Amino acid sequence: MSNGKKMEKIDLLVTGVGGQGVVLASDIIGETALAAGFDVKKTDTLGMAQRGGSVVSHVRLAPKVWSPLIKDGSVDLILAFEKLEAARWSHFLRPGGITITNNYEQPPLSVSLGQEVYPTDDVIAAALRRQTDQVYFVDGTGRVKELGNVRTLNIFMLGCFSVFSPLEAATWRESITRRMPENIREINLTAFEMGRKEIESVRIGKS
Amino acid sequence: MMKKTLQILSGNEALALGAYHSGVQVAAAYPGTPSTEILENLARFKDIYAEWSTNEKVAMEVAMGAAYTGARAMASMKHVGLNVASDPFMAASYTGIIGGLVIVCADDPQIHSSQNEQDNRHYARMAKIPMLEPTDSQDGYDLMGYAFDISEEFDTPVLLRTTTRISHSKSVVDVSRKRVVKNPQPAFHFNQQKYVMLPVYALPRHALMEKRILKLAEYSETFPLNQITWGKRDLGIVTSGVAYQYAREVFPEASFLKLGMSWPLPEKMIKEFTAGVERLIVIEELDPFLEQNIKSMGIEVTGKEFIPLVGELNTQIVTDSSSGAGLLPESEKILDPASGLPRRPPLLCPGCPHTGIYFVLNSLGQRSKLLESKDNGPQEPKLIITGDIGCYTLGALPPLGVLDTTACMGAGIGQALGMERAGVKSKVVAIIGDSTFMHSGITGLVDAVYNQGHITILILDNRTTAMTGHQEHPGTGISAQGEETFAVDIESLVRGIGVNDVKVVNAFDLKALRNGVKDSLDRPEVSVIIVRGSCAMLIRKRANPRKVDIEKCTQCNYCLGLGCPAIQSVDGQVFIEPTLCAGDICTICEQLCPQKAISA
Ligand SMILES: Cc1ncc(C[n+]2csc(CCOP(=O)(O)OP(=O)(O)O)c2C)c(N)n1
Repeated sequence: MSNGKKMEKIDLLVTGVGGQGVVLASDIIGETALAAGFDVKKTDTLGMAQRGGSVVSHVRLAPKVWSPLIKDGSVDLILAFEKLEAARWSHFLRPGGITITNNYEQPPLSVSLGQEVYPTDDVIAAALRRQTDQVYFVDGTGRVKELGNVRTLNIFMLGCFSVFSPLEAATWRESITRRMPENIREINLTAFEMGRKEIESVRIGKS
Repeated sequence: MMKKTLQILSGNEALALGAYHSGVQVAAAYPGTPSTEILENLARFKDIYAEWSTNEKVAMEVAMGAAYTGARAMASMKHVGLNVASDPFMAASYTGIIGGLVIVCADDPQIHSSQNEQDNRHYARMAKIPMLEPTDSQDGYDLMGYAFDISEEFDTPVLLRTTTRISHSKSVVDVSRKRVVKNPQPAFHFNQQKYVMLPVYALPRHALMEKRILKLAEYSETFPLNQITWGKRDLGIVTSGVAYQYAREVFPEASFLKLGMSWPLPEKMIKEFTAGVERLIVIEELDPFLEQNIKSMGIEVTGKEFIPLVGELNTQIVTDSSSGAGLLPESEKILDPASGLPRRPPLLCPGCPHTGIYFVLNSLGQRSKLLESKDNGPQEPKLIITGDIGCYTLGALPPLGVLDTTACMGAGIGQALGMERAGVKSKVVAIIGDSTFMHSGITGLVDAVYNQGHITILILDNRTTAMTGHQEHPGTGISAQGEETFAVDIESLVRGIGVNDVKVVNAFDLKALRNGVKDSLDRPEVSVIIVRGSCAMLIRKRANPRKVDIEKCTQCNYCLGLGCPAIQSVDGQVFIEPTLCAGDICTICEQLCPQKAISA
């Protein structure tokens, strides 16, 4: 799996903060996997609607999927749009799993009010490293700001994930094209390519 | 063989499409998580009639009326919505229908977005009507077809019960059916014995219901989605709904009885299954509904001895509880969640029109003191604030801490009157949203006026049903299908009820809000303030985000008391995140800053 080779199943957690586009990203993953012939289930846990709270989507691809929710300790890959949210779900990871985290901090209100503290990078990395050394950080928010549209973050992160998935890049591009309205289609396809490049260079940098 | 048309659909999308293909002609609903998207999806089809009703009771009555004319009709709602609709629901069971009548209720185990996690399967038993339960989106699509047919064949409403995990999970569905409308020209036929529930006609209908449920029990023995899958015979599992998926995954080798129709139960089939296995268990969410009913057939079965009663299940919980009961080997140790991480609860949005009035109530009612000393024994709030359900319920949490009660939709006004009449010394204010006011606040207000209460009622009119994702309601003037319609004017309505003191105040004007509340509290009568300002999520304009002038800011942190997600503090210095700030439409923080350090 770590080489981006085909695999039989992926159990994936996509996580972030309400408003970051987690649900759309996980929808596109599901649709792409269906197009590639997988059985797919996905489910979002939003708490009380989406009001800036923590969001997590479970996405499962396999020849046959039963439960829509993934069992603790058996997630193959965590795709996190925000650092604290990566740490929050780290216990779901299986030994040797992969984490891709947007190196971006959005302090919860309790942190702003001084009642709680935001974890340091070391604390976050340590939480993720409990199960694996495949811990990747990408500067997604920075890159999409350069691109000129922060709303493409979710598709940038999809690009990062796509490199580890058993699905062809062309299949990904087709579903992004299908899902995105015309006026933002091109910029999202660019964000997708940027994500692919970014994770490749981060990975090479590591090994 | 028909060609497969595979789509990935949520449970709610599949239910809507299933109903459409089954020829539903009239669909009515009141929004409520996790059921809302059923009507939203149906409303897109212009060849049916779909409405947002004022509340679930009305939705049920609209669907019932349509079904009396031979049209296929549906009402959908969340689990607690069926409490509101329970009166016509029971009546529909008595009268029966002509066209198929399907009632979809979506339960919320785990209370993801509700006020309780009641198990609505009991309603089917109480009303003596059949109940269907999907285990995934495909089942949802297929069961919808059966539901309408069963309804017509047995002259009964059918309850289709889903849960959050089914409604909001996506899975692959073959949607190859085509829409067929059985009765394109509905007509009502005179039949008082059937439709007029005077005692003389109702008693015979009850007798018919008892016969009906026996016939349905017979039918359930051959119902295609009641399925036995034989595996190893040492363990047999009876299950329904999403619990089936968890159980299949945790026990890949066991034998299964999956109940797509979970009321009435197929007794012969259950007995056959029981005879074929060494040990019988039930895996179900919430109450021991199947378990107790199977026990009452004289069958030995366990379930809730080890499967939790509280919260939703998942494969981890089923695994752990089954190992506890000796059905599985000791489960592997799993990691604990990383400790000490800050929580991220949902919040009122930047630019939310509820924030300003809540800030005013927080300071007038000295709510922060209450929050700080909540462990110091009984405290009487200076201002009692009875609440209701909507986005504004989030204001109960710190830093605003504004609500004293939240029970169910519409309860706040009656509670306020009750407290006042009980003789509390504090002033009492009730808070209610515009959609909730239409839903069930009006009757409470009538009561308060009629009984001469001395309470203040704040109607937070953000022009939408925000909490559930911005549905229209009778006050917005737009129908569920996007057409312009009559808008019920809240101000005239309130005046028409007989309230003399009615103020309409801009939700983003702190001074006016403060003066308005103070004035109302002093009045010896029912006083209503309509706090008006559009939900920020409906306004795209985001001009001129506010900034903090660091020179002028004394770090008093007063602005943090708003709980606005755009106002953040890093290393003690407050700043406003420009991508989050709503800018000109709000300016609440600018108005309250004592140093005048916030501006565009
Ligand atoms: C009986 C019942 N039906 C539906 C719901 C779901 N629900 C919760 S709040 C709400 C309405 C919120 O609208 P409004 O009162 O206008 O407040 P807003 O969220 O816009 O602030 C709904 C439909 C419920 N909790 N109970």
